[in-house]
Amino acid sequence: MSSLFKRNEFYLGLIILCLVIFLSITTNSFLTIENLLELFTSYSFLGIMAAGMLVVLISGGLDLSFTATATISQYIMATTIIKYGGNLFIAFLIGAGIGIALGLLNGLLVHYIKVHPMIITIATLNLFKGLLMFFSKGKWIYNFPLWFSEPYDIMVFKNSEGYIYPISLPLFIFIVVLIVTGFLLKYTILGRKIYAMGGNKEAARRMGFNLFALTLFVYGYMGFLAGIGSVAHALMVQTVAPNAIIGKELDVIAAVVLGGASLLGGSGTVIGTFLGIAMVAIISNAVILLGIPSYWYMIFLGAIIITSVSITAYNYKLNMRKEAEIDVA
Amino acid sequence: MSLKSFGKVEVLYRKNPNSFVLIPIFLITLALFSVSLPGKFFTVSNFSSIAFQLPELGILTIAMAITMLSGGINLSIIATANLAGIIMATIMKSQSLVANLSGVNLVTLAIVVGLSTSVIIGFINGIIISYIGVSPILATLGTMTLLNGISILTTKGYVISGLPDEMIAVGNNSILGIPIPFIIFIIIAIVINFWLRKTTSGLSNYLVGSNENAANYSGINTRKVLLKTYTISGLLSGIAAIIMISRFNSARAGYAESYLLVTVLASVFGGFDPNGGSGRIPNLIFSLFILQMVASGLNLLGISSHLAGALWGTILIVVMLLQNKRKNES
Repeated sequence: MSSLFKRNEFYLGLIILCLVIFLSITTNSFLTIENLLELFTSYSFLGIMAAGMLVVLISGGLDLSFTATATISQYIMATTIIKYGGNLFIAFLIGAGIGIALGLLNGLLVHYIKVHPMIITIATLNLFKGLLMFFSKGKWIYNFPLWFSEPYDIMVFKNSEGYIYPISLPLFIFIVVLIVTGFLLKYTILGRKIYAMGGNKEAARRMGFNLFALTLFVYGYMGFLAGIGSVAHALMVQTVAPNAIIGKELDVIAAVVLGGASLLGGSGTVIGTFLGIAMVAIISNAVILLGIPSYWYMIFLGAIIITSVSITAYNYKLNMRKEAEIDVA
Repeated sequence: MSLKSFGKVEVLYRKNPNSFVLIPIFLITLALFSVSLPGKFFTVSNFSSIAFQLPELGILTIAMAITMLSGGINLSIIATANLAGIIMATIMKSQSLVANLSGVNLVTLAIVVGLSTSVIIGFINGIIISYIGVSPILATLGTMTLLNGISILTTKGYVISGLPDEMIAVGNNSILGIPIPFIIFIIIAIVINFWLRKTTSGLSNYLVGSNENAANYSGINTRKVLLKTYTISGLLSGIAAIIMISRFNSARAGYAESYLLVTVLASVFGGFDPNGGSGRIPNLIFSLFILQMVASGLNLLGISSHLAGALWGTILIVVMLLQNKRKNES
């Protein structure tokens, strides 16, 4: 029980609970199943990518190029299914394939260039974005085949009055991705190796871990989820635009960091990441429901990021003075 | 051929390896574009336009580079510049002030308030990073988001345009044929270079950047060093804002956002180690000139600016691979 109070997730959960209570009292529409389902559906693609980012951060890395990866996957997926037809499985397969390929390229570069991954992925972000804009000419894609526009609902709830609350495919994928990532990190040797690599790279190398393979996996997994997330996004909005996902990279990183993952690597949990995404989603929803001008959203988000990372850093500093310990979730 | 016969050259190389890469690249780029664009590239008008375009990016790059030198990064430079620019423009457009002050006084007041704002922002970044101990990426990511929010809130997303003539003159006039922005840029480069190479507080950045703990234990007040560096970085962003708004004749949230990554690129290309501890201003200037020449050359060749962006990313990767190879050899 005492360890609970030390956990970042606990405080984040507490803040979210306060926000939820506040919003339930001040608005009628917040705590309804429709609103919550819709809210989480609209954040599901960011959530899927956040799971990938979590794994990258735990390994001690960082990826800023995943939004460009996602957009490239989206364009190639959309043009292929429009030209040659196909089905939903093929759409996801294309998205995931392109994502993995670009992710592996990042992994290769990160391993061979011994520079902070942020700089390397800034370079690949520029490269991917430039090529994307050059080949797509910034065109939007609307004319999806009919089968792509059907709603794919996994579970449908009905209340007594006959209202339908569907769990859409993007939301379902988000939940599956969280469970799979959580399992991977917590119960597989691979996952524990990723924590170890992020905690102390040199120690992991001397233990005989294959750092090259781990790095490739981590960035490949990020690319894979960026690809999957991009198809989920296309399903949700039914358009592909060059600027729909690009520019959201810092939002995703902020959500994951709010969820307790450290940029230094070695710590972070799936539950924290989910809470981080929930926090960002609820703030944006609150701004709309309370009728506050939407400009305030960024101010709130910025203030919360600064406060939360400052508290974490300060606590870390205090703890360092008391004792040195390795934090594995 | 033994390296001994190149004794002197080798010493020079050891002293400043990056110049040995950058100066040839600079000359090759110059030659390639001059040959492939006869009568268009190697002209007074092209170089004058480069001299007008370079300072904005150049000053922002120095603001980025000094934080990278100290082992950090400042993601909030563009956001700082935009907010400072918006504040300056708002003062210059304020009815009550316009009625009471002469043009020069109004512009001076606006610049003083704008620069003070940017210094305060830099100071806050420094406090969060050095005294609270937040990693620079996160701290400046937070302030960037916050500042962008404040900028959008104050302007409601609109453009503030139609600045006084005195302000427009700063960005568009020349003295003895040299554009004023370029003069400002060169002065800043000289001052920052002096600070980094000849003063204790500047030199400390190299030590803090290469090993913060070691610097701390050898009696350097690392917190003070970082605080100063981020404050100067904020001030430089504010100076860039002056040139930016006078060249655009307007201020708005979200101007020049794409520059953020370019400043990182230019710094790394100019030999500033992203892990901190090394880098020199003269090399940075060569790197900026090369990038600006490539941009203007590709533009003159009629190549899509998007492809140019992709090319810059590739250049950055190749440069890092080469630097990495050199590091492994030595």
